[in-house]
Amino acid sequence: MAVETVKRLDARALRGDFPIFEEKIKGNPLAYLDSAASSQKPRQVLDRMREAYEHEYANVHRGVYELADRATEAYEGARLKVQRLLNARSRREVVFTRNVTYAMNLIAYAWGLPNLGPGDVAVVTELDHHAVFVPWQYIAGRTGAEFRAIPVDADGELQLDALDEIASAGRVRVVATNYISNTLGTVNPIERLTAWAHEQGAIMVVDAAQAAPHRALDVQALGCDFLGFTSHKMCGPGGAGVLWGREELLAAMEPFETGGEMIRSVKLEGTTWNDLPYKFEAGTPAIVEAVGLGAAVDYLEGIGFDAISEHEHELTAYALERLAELPWVRIFGPPLERRAGIISFEVEGVHPHDVAQILDRHGVAIRAGHHCTQPLMRRLGVAATNRASFYLYSIPEEIDQLVEGLHDVRKVFA
Amino acid sequence: MSDPAFEDLYREVILDHYKNPRGHGVIEDADAEAEGQNPLCGDEVSIYVAFGDDGETIDDVRFSGRGCAISQAATSMLMEMTKGRTVQQVAEMDKDELLAEIGVPLTPVRLKCAMLGLTTLKVALHRSKGTPLPEGLDGFDDLELG
Repeated sequence: MAVETVKRLDARALRGDFPIFEEKIKGNPLAYLDSAASSQKPRQVLDRMREAYEHEYANVHRGVYELADRATEAYEGARLKVQRLLNARSRREVVFTRNVTYAMNLIAYAWGLPNLGPGDVAVVTELDHHAVFVPWQYIAGRTGAEFRAIPVDADGELQLDALDEIASAGRVRVVATNYISNTLGTVNPIERLTAWAHEQGAIMVVDAAQAAPHRALDVQALGCDFLGFTSHKMCGPGGAGVLWGREELLAAMEPFETGGEMIRSVKLEGTTWNDLPYKFEAGTPAIVEAVGLGAAVDYLEGIGFDAISEHEHELTAYALERLAELPWVRIFGPPLERRAGIISFEVEGVHPHDVAQILDRHGVAIRAGHHCTQPLMRRLGVAATNRASFYLYSIPEEIDQLVEGLHDVRKVFA
Repeated sequence: MSDPAFEDLYREVILDHYKNPRGHGVIEDADAEAEGQNPLCGDEVSIYVAFGDDGETIDDVRFSGRGCAISQAATSMLMEMTKGRTVQQVAEMDKDELLAEIGVPLTPVRLKCAMLGLTTLKVALHRSKGTPLPEGLDGFDDLELG
């Protein structure tokens, strides 16, 4: 009898793809538990980028010579890979950006500025990264629109019963939020929020920075209107990001930045804009970075997103179990079943920066700070937290190393 | 030393259409018209259509403009190919039909030049008759992915 099983990944074998794991850090093996901030890079991506720089490099779209063709095909090929990754209807819906922050600002300026006004409401959540929170707060302020944040409960989960009150504040025109909280790992109910946004006549904007590296995304199934993610958190290089948007919305929008490449015709009397997606790609793009993102997509699809999610889920379960052994450690965030591979915690009586500093002596890399989520920190009543996050190359030994390090923290501050 | 791809790209029939464009000119009071640009080469094409009494047949179609040999020759070929067809036939015309006429392989960047006339003609018909806007004429739509 054939049994359908999720393909499992072999994290120990995959670590061989990442040169950094061959190094010792302060005499210890590296326990890299900060992938939510940025991921390490596999050789496959680095090799592809080197190949592109050595054999396929020129500026894109402009030249008609062989190298320009190679560069353009590599760059546009990366776009098609992203289109396939997202199950987008058209490659015209895939705009290369610098990062998610840029993608979110693009929507806030190019859609929000002309479409919001007094009586309108822009909605985010208390969970959101500043890259989502601040652009809408700012554009709401400039246009005279209301700005509201869906509150979270003590576990960092959205309190959806507050939606009615928010809707009574005016015409809800935009709902923007993280798919997965970068601080708590909370997986937000995007389909439900999208349905609510559309009932209000609002657009739904999703920051998928913490989702795209770990799970399969299908923008048509999600039903949202815009979605952004970044390459550097998913094994790709920095400097490349993606904004996906519904073609009809992108087509109706004015440009965000003007200049070369985004034009069709320039005359003294006026200028017309290029087709999608180029209308939103002014200037020479990060060509080889986009190619590297394409290689990262290939790499992740080769491993399988189901296998990656399952692996991280098991690690998160193990880490929650090990940290629960330490009564002086407080864990923030939702229960395992609604949590991605991110754990925020605090050590009783020790500032997170001191925790991270001592852990560094053990070769353990975690993030300490407000994680660009100051409203959430205030809601949780803390100034900062420690955050451990996992990825496809994370192994249980790294969590053991973290726990040993935490015992040392306790000893130092006893 | 000669490069066969180069010889192909500028084969005689393309240069002939470029130097002696068919259907070149303007139709005053045209029933449909549109202007298209390709920012890559700075190609510009304006297309003018006159319908027959049935309002469905393309009685006359002409173009004016300037640009690279590929864009202008392909538009010239298109004039010959579409005169006498119905609006619907042209709206549904596939890029492969024009590519077969051009007869040489084109890189995605040059495909944009070659498709300028067809894209612009379809836009003109869309404005006048509400036929679908051109789609899938872009060379990057069907890149081979490794």
